[in-house]
Amino acid sequence: MNDMTPEREERVAGLKGLGCSRKRVEDARFTQGKGNYVDDLKMPGMLHGDFVRSPYAHARVKSINTEAAMALDGVVAVLTAADLAPLGLHWMPTLAGDKQMVLADGKVLFQGQEVAYVIARDRYIAADAVELVEVEYEELPVLTDPFEALKSDVVLREDLDPAAPGAHGPRKHPNHIFTWEAGDREATEQVLAEADVVAEEMVYYHRTHPCPLETCGCVASMDKVNGKLTLWGTFQAPHAIRTVVSLISGIEEHNIRVISPDIGGGFGNKVGAYAGYVCSVVASIVTGQPVKWVEDRMENLMTTAFARDYWMKGKIAATKEGKITGLWCHTTADHGGFDACADPTKFPAGFMNICTGSYDIPTAYLAVDGVYTNKAPGGVAYRCSFRVTEAAYFIERMIEVLAIELNMDAAELRRINFIRKDQFPYQSALGWEYDSGDYHTAWDKALNAVGYDDLRKEQAERIEAFKRGETRKLLGIGLTHFTEIVGAGPVKNCDILGLGMFDSCEIRIHPTGSAIARLGTISQGQGHATTFAQILASEIGIPADSITVEEGDTDTAPYGLGTYGSRSTPVAGAATAMAGRKIRAKAQMIAAYLLEVHDDDVEFDVDRFVIKGAPERFKTMKEIAFAAYNQAIPGIEPGLEAVSYYDPPNMTYPFGAYICVMEIDVDTGEHQIRQFYALDDCGTRINPMIIEGQVHGGLTEALAIAMGQEIAYDEMGNCKTGTLMDFFLPTAWETPHYTTDHTVTPSPHHPIGAKGVGESPNVGGVPAFSNAVHDAFRAFGLRQSHMPHDHWRIWKIADDLGLHG
Amino acid sequence: MIPAAFDYYRPKDMGDVVALLQEHGDDARVMAGGHSLIPMMKLRMAEIAHLIDLQDVAGLGGISVESGQITLGAMVTQHEIIDSDALRAAAPILHEAALQIADPQVRYMGTVGGNVANGDPGNDMPGLMQCLDATFTLVGPDGKREVAARGFYHAAYMTDRDDSEVLTSVSFAAPKGGYAYEKQKRKIGDYATAAAAVQIEKSGGVCASASIAMTNLSDTPIWSETAGAALVGTKVDDAAIAAAIAAMQADIEPVEDNRGPAAFKRHAAATVLTRAIRRAWDRA
Repeated sequence: MNDMTPEREERVAGLKGLGCSRKRVEDARFTQGKGNYVDDLKMPGMLHGDFVRSPYAHARVKSINTEAAMALDGVVAVLTAADLAPLGLHWMPTLAGDKQMVLADGKVLFQGQEVAYVIARDRYIAADAVELVEVEYEELPVLTDPFEALKSDVVLREDLDPAAPGAHGPRKHPNHIFTWEAGDREATEQVLAEADVVAEEMVYYHRTHPCPLETCGCVASMDKVNGKLTLWGTFQAPHAIRTVVSLISGIEEHNIRVISPDIGGGFGNKVGAYAGYVCSVVASIVTGQPVKWVEDRMENLMTTAFARDYWMKGKIAATKEGKITGLWCHTTADHGGFDACADPTKFPAGFMNICTGSYDIPTAYLAVDGVYTNKAPGGVAYRCSFRVTEAAYFIERMIEVLAIELNMDAAELRRINFIRKDQFPYQSALGWEYDSGDYHTAWDKALNAVGYDDLRKEQAERIEAFKRGETRKLLGIGLTHFTEIVGAGPVKNCDILGLGMFDSCEIRIHPTGSAIARLGTISQGQGHATTFAQILASEIGIPADSITVEEGDTDTAPYGLGTYGSRSTPVAGAATAMAGRKIRAKAQMIAAYLLEVHDDDVEFDVDRFVIKGAPERFKTMKEIAFAAYNQAIPGIEPGLEAVSYYDPPNMTYPFGAYICVMEIDVDTGEHQIRQFYALDDCGTRINPMIIEGQVHGGLTEALAIAMGQEIAYDEMGNCKTGTLMDFFLPTAWETPHYTTDHTVTPSPHHPIGAKGVGESPNVGGVPAFSNAVHDAFRAFGLRQSHMPHDHWRIWKIADDLGLHG
Repeated sequence: MIPAAFDYYRPKDMGDVVALLQEHGDDARVMAGGHSLIPMMKLRMAEIAHLIDLQDVAGLGGISVESGQITLGAMVTQHEIIDSDALRAAAPILHEAALQIADPQVRYMGTVGGNVANGDPGNDMPGLMQCLDATFTLVGPDGKREVAARGFYHAAYMTDRDDSEVLTSVSFAAPKGGYAYEKQKRKIGDYATAAAAVQIEKSGGVCASASIAMTNLSDTPIWSETAGAALVGTKVDDAAIAAAIAAMQADIEPVEDNRGPAAFKRHAAATVLTRAIRRAWDRA
């Protein structure tokens, strides 16, 4: 018997648990075109919705005439605000405590705003009918500049009492939304006043868009016989959507089933609730038929949630030797026509107060002013935890500016200011407790990997060659050391609309020793079905290949707050481990019974319980599972199931060191990434292959944002970047080669030490690319130039610096 | 991105095509690869009541290279251009240019006829054909006629082609000497920020002839006769190139768009033309 037992290592490998580069189980269907997305759903009698949208950024709606549209054969109904008002559904609450028009109620506040909703027998008729709806507008003055908006007499939100406080406190101006502060203002101003050196800069992080390949959409189906509403949609938070639908529609929550099927990328764009969902639900209730709404690419780029648009004015103080003594930041946040940011309720500027970054900055102050403008609402965390990209970009630019001010090497400046390993857990001046980190080790590893000193020598030679007229290309070395804050979050300070940001996992072990696990999150490409099974495999000793992971159906999955902000592994992953441990605890009792020993006399060993000191006597998890269903064990209920709702004690703080080496053509403004090195520390690594894939994807989105991607408006509020011709989405051609690397500093409070990784590369990537551009021109006097660094803007830098002769 | 309703026709011979165009006038358009027209229809920027698909019409395909004369049927795709060894040998600039158009999937569908006939200033083939002094053959109710590429383009989307005519082929003499097609673009699939097509003949160490055309720097392609003339008789040194650039600058009229302001485009135009001239001269 004994010699038949596989070696322990083989048993571990057979589980495909933690640390295994297990192939993604999702890919079999995705690579064969067998995914099941919202737009794949077809139901008998299904109707199609389409929006009449405003061509103006700010206008009064004088009248809407739907007669011609209604007369078109195949049109079932045309909804306007007047139709929704009796139901109280012409406005809806936003995640940020504001409210937003579902359909234009007297005026429009951004180009593309929903004005009327056409319901027709097919998608083509709906589109034709949209053209037939006659809307009379009276144009109003347009505000696209948030600084201007705070001074203007033009009131955008006439529905709000200018004297009344908003959801986040007093408002200073009718176009002002909130002021949010962190840190010690007085102490920081004192430090700035007394400092040897103060560097000051305006850092703008431009407006962009998550642009998932699959746009937003839903199918609403109201069954009038049993009173149940089923809503399929591209939801990153299906359970929260169910609660919101219940609260605003009055339908009891048990009568609502929300299903997120396969989702083709979210990146924050699919967190919020959109007018299309509300109108489709109403349309299905009115008609008794299923109603599908799927936005097209232009609607996605122009109307559903944007990201960033933060004007960050910074001051950073230091000693002559470069030790940072204080940081001051005032941010003007352009939120568009409605405040529809997706942030935990108590954090209207997200976690922008992580903006002290990886540095031990004793004194700091942050204030954020939210402003209404005539742009689309949103402000979501585009592949980042709430506003962490903005914070990381801000501090990593300020460090570079300070290095210029001090005439110091930017790598050395970072090194002397990093929070030291022995300082963790570290209390930041702006209120966070960093759980763990080892920044110096990561930094040295990164600098050595790229041969940093040699690169600087090469750069110096290049500058001389450029000055001699031998080359028209400059070399930029972009440095970044970022610290993220993810895994929202502890219920004591993180909720969305009052819903605590815990997450959940429910596990059932089947009699033959396989299992199903259901979670409150939803994968949009992250590979949850692969990685969560691996966590469980290591916890309960059942092979990952024998575990089904299911998410996204609110009738079957336990309640959770969904997937965004790199929260799935820190929160739902922890719930998975904890639920697994409950399974293991019961399995231990069953094993002890079967082995006729006391519970304390057995211990877990990979895939079995063994008698302590007698490992040849054991019961495998497969045997234990069967026993749970066929033995009458005194004092133990039959079955083997567990559920865990996990409220994390703290956030997790992944970090990384990124270095980008970039060649820049000063005449065309073109760039070439010669090398990109990305070291990530996400704590315990569950699936290295998936981590690498996440890093590649996040870096490519970072490349897009830094080097070309933007949502731009003209002074009339017309969106100039509404198609993929002008909105930069990189292909394989534009994407450079990436070198990935890692260190491992496990989270001390997470059950398996994991920290989350999906968003790190975007948080760290953007400043790495941008710093490379800035660094290339540092020797010629560049301090700050706003993204995106597309060809003409880089050309403009060179031109302004006199490099075109 | 849902087009308005339209009637779809798939005639088999040119007579039927011309008859349909005569019948429906302005409301009808012919479609070759459809990679410009269909997106415009989906955006409802073009509402075409009668769409005439040319893919079954006989006699519109084929690449012919015979005794120094090259003829491309209107339905020849960019991919076929890239794939033709005979064409690559006879006119390598086409190969170099076609590889810089859009992406492989688009090049399988996009045609030379559609590219030159559409009149979109962003398209690469019109400038290239002006550089090569190509002739376009048009078929209409009154039969066949030929128009020089250099006289075909009047304004953006406005060409010498009558509504009832179809561009059926493109022909030109096999170019001699060195060549280059240099294009700056923001990304794969984009139109040019600036592009230059250059053919240069060298004789006895000096430039014997030069033809230069620029793309997406005015509302039509620009064949800059004076820019070419500035090189002739020179050793194509820095001074000659500077003179050619100055001449080209006098002919283009770039306007600001998302690719950048006019001043940037002028700088980009100078850069791509300089590079194209140097590469063509090296190959001459």
